[in-house]
Amino acid sequence: MLIELQNIHKDFGRVKAVNGASLTIRPGEIHGILGENGAGKSTLMKVLSGVCRESAGTIRIDGTPVNLFPPEKAASVGIGMLYQDPLDFPPLSVLENYCLGNSTTGFGATGRNETRFLEQAGRLGFQLNPRHRLNTLTLGERQQVEILRLLSLGAETLILDEPTAGLSLPQKRTLFQSLKTLAADGKSILFVSHKIAEAESLCDSITVLRRGVVIGSAAKPFETARLLSMVFGSARSMPSRKQRVAGNTVLEMAGIYGRGGRSGLIECSQSLRHGEIVGLAGLSGSARGLFLRIAAGLQPPDMGQVRLKGRTVTGKGPDVFRQEGVAFLPAGRLEEGLVPGLDITEHLMLQNAAGAAVLDRRQARKNALGKLRAFHIPAEPDWCVETLSGGNQQRLLLSLLPETPDLLLLEHPTRGLDMDAAGWVWQHLQTVCGDGAGIAFSSSDLDELLQFSDRILVFYNGRLLANRPAQDLNAQRLGQAIAGAL
Amino acid sequence: MRSGWGRPLPAPSKSMPGMDHTRVVKRYLSDVAIAFLALFCLPSAALLIAGVSPFAAFCHLFSGVIGSWSKISHVLSAWTPLTLCACGLLYTFRINLWNIGVEGQIILGAVFATAVLRWCPSDALGRVWLMLSLLAGAGGGILWGLLAGQLKTRGGINEIFSGLGLNFAAQGLVLWLVFGPWKRLGTASMSGTEPFPAALWLPRLWDARISPTGLILLFVVAAATGLVLMGTGTGLRLKAIGSNPRAAHLYGLSRHRNMLLAMACSGGIAGLVGSLQITDVYHRLLPAISSNYGYLSLLVAMVAGYRMRWIPLASLLFACLNHGSIQLPMNLGIDSSFAGVMQGLLVLTILGLHGRHAKGR
Repeated sequence: MLIELQNIHKDFGRVKAVNGASLTIRPGEIHGILGENGAGKSTLMKVLSGVCRESAGTIRIDGTPVNLFPPEKAASVGIGMLYQDPLDFPPLSVLENYCLGNSTTGFGATGRNETRFLEQAGRLGFQLNPRHRLNTLTLGERQQVEILRLLSLGAETLILDEPTAGLSLPQKRTLFQSLKTLAADGKSILFVSHKIAEAESLCDSITVLRRGVVIGSAAKPFETARLLSMVFGSARSMPSRKQRVAGNTVLEMAGIYGRGGRSGLIECSQSLRHGEIVGLAGLSGSARGLFLRIAAGLQPPDMGQVRLKGRTVTGKGPDVFRQEGVAFLPAGRLEEGLVPGLDITEHLMLQNAAGAAVLDRRQARKNALGKLRAFHIPAEPDWCVETLSGGNQQRLLLSLLPETPDLLLLEHPTRGLDMDAAGWVWQHLQTVCGDGAGIAFSSSDLDELLQFSDRILVFYNGRLLANRPAQDLNAQRLGQAIAGAL
Repeated sequence: MRSGWGRPLPAPSKSMPGMDHTRVVKRYLSDVAIAFLALFCLPSAALLIAGVSPFAAFCHLFSGVIGSWSKISHVLSAWTPLTLCACGLLYTFRINLWNIGVEGQIILGAVFATAVLRWCPSDALGRVWLMLSLLAGAGGGILWGLLAGQLKTRGGINEIFSGLGLNFAAQGLVLWLVFGPWKRLGTASMSGTEPFPAALWLPRLWDARISPTGLILLFVVAAATGLVLMGTGTGLRLKAIGSNPRAAHLYGLSRHRNMLLAMACSGGIAGLVGSLQITDVYHRLLPAISSNYGYLSLLVAMVAGYRMRWIPLASLLFACLNHGSIQLPMNLGIDSSFAGVMQGLLVLTILGLHGRHAKGR
């Protein structure tokens, strides 16, 4: 299937998300779409998958102009989209999810479907049990189910939006291998990412977007420096690590057991000091998220003690933890962090307004303008949060935190952010830490863990496997530890 | 948890994608055309099949509303409770709760108000007892609202089911009271308890069917609701939790406390409506004391797009349809359920148009 996008525009009110992008995707090709946050990658892919209608421009498939809106239409011509968070049905089994939207029914259909599923999964190197429930699977495995489902529905072109976010290294390898197999079968793959190294190792050709326009394209073999300069304008690097002195203990956990994730948290004893950055490493579902949630008071532990600055707070609600200076930043920015439908000013008012007092909108707007400037967010106070890019949403969330927290807990603080935005976030976090906050963050990015942590905790199957200063580890050893082989 | 149907639509925000001018005009013209089709042509066709002139039917509907002062005051007597209840429902819709128990909250308000008036020892301090009965009515509504709220926050029971259950319970309570302990001397009947002496009626101006007290309460409640929801921290918190309950903890908001607050506000206003039905309209307790205003006000809130400024107009429409159709059976021989048909069409049309706009974004 040959797809040609010609001069595509997509406006959201005053925001021109895509501003005249043209590109061609050939059959059997893995085509990378690179760009920073807010470059228009996701919007362009939404147009291609029929989620939104283009404001102007033509889409041709094998030479014929087509209309891909709504998504059913795009699916019927063979375009399948794999979202960052898979759109599946967690309470159903793997096989049931696979069969959704599939017309093979009737006597013996389950058996036939299962055979077909196992055959297809085997070919792509996916090890999945069709009878397991989807909510017991990791993100990577759910992604594999979704890929198989899209293929069974007849997808000829697969769009993958940031598919490697939250994947472990082996899962990433499996994914890349399967994509190469599919391309060899003649399917086209669109790989949307902001990770240049990944795109280089996987793609046959790459198109770079910046501010809604195609900046340039490249074919294999790629020149990293050229790609970097196309994506960022000029090459940049992450901020360097600063030396700090750790202070008193702020968080103490003793013998904590907790439920959740794949394995729960088993007998975890750990402490964290002021002015210390602790990275939490592990596979997804390996209890590092649970660790953060128990430390934030969002979930009471089944057993064990939690102490904050010496005070026992086990079993107390999140409000008590907040009063003790604990701040938590979830990975799901729009799902758990911000309130879609409210604008930026309202978020600040929500943070500050106590009781039933009448709100002073003008003053709040002024404060919001100040915050936006201080956190370099290019937005107006009356913009709704869902119109912000991921990086700006993260900046906004950081601006909503108390100014001097004692303990800052972050889930994947830079997931889905480009290097520029991630660099800014880390600069900010290091300042906060320098002011005396203890920081714990989870991440799947080994470089990020190694670069910014003073100490790294590795979780494996619910247990704290290792607790090492970051300088004693390198990417290889950390990777081994995450896989349980230390 | 809940399907998309009838979920409070987010107000179109200032920074959502806009449309160019001609498309907006075209869209509004087609909206008007659809509304005309649904609200005029469809019922007309039904009337023609029934052998009645649509022109005559709509004329009667119209004259039933503004034909005379007494008719206008009749309409106002339905408009007041509908608007009040719909105002109360805004609190619960804001936090994404479906307070379908509003019907039972009205009934409990009426029961509490009746109880206070029955205890009134003499007619001497009538005004004081009237005020007490209004307060007691609000208290009854709050009690019933909080009960549904507690079942939701502690028991995890969907407020729609508990609300419906509590409606039946309230209805049963009234029937028991009317036919049992509070029955008329001699015989019990559906026409209710013994009427109260005139000193315990809310005073009326001229021969209107509604007292100024009710209207004053209406304006106070409407203004307060608008202020609380649009301009205070409480309103903002309800909206935030309703839009994204999972984010509440980040802002230190208690979902349960705010849900109970919304249920209490909604129930309190409904209870007030119940006590007005006693002190202002019927002057006795009867089984049909709520006049279904609770269920109707849910429709009013939906038609108003869950926004305060459209509520008075929407409830006026419903009050007109309700009252304008009273004469239809007598004059034209069509069933009075014609009003129900019109109300149903109105709700479906407006929700359909809402849906069309939401989809087009």
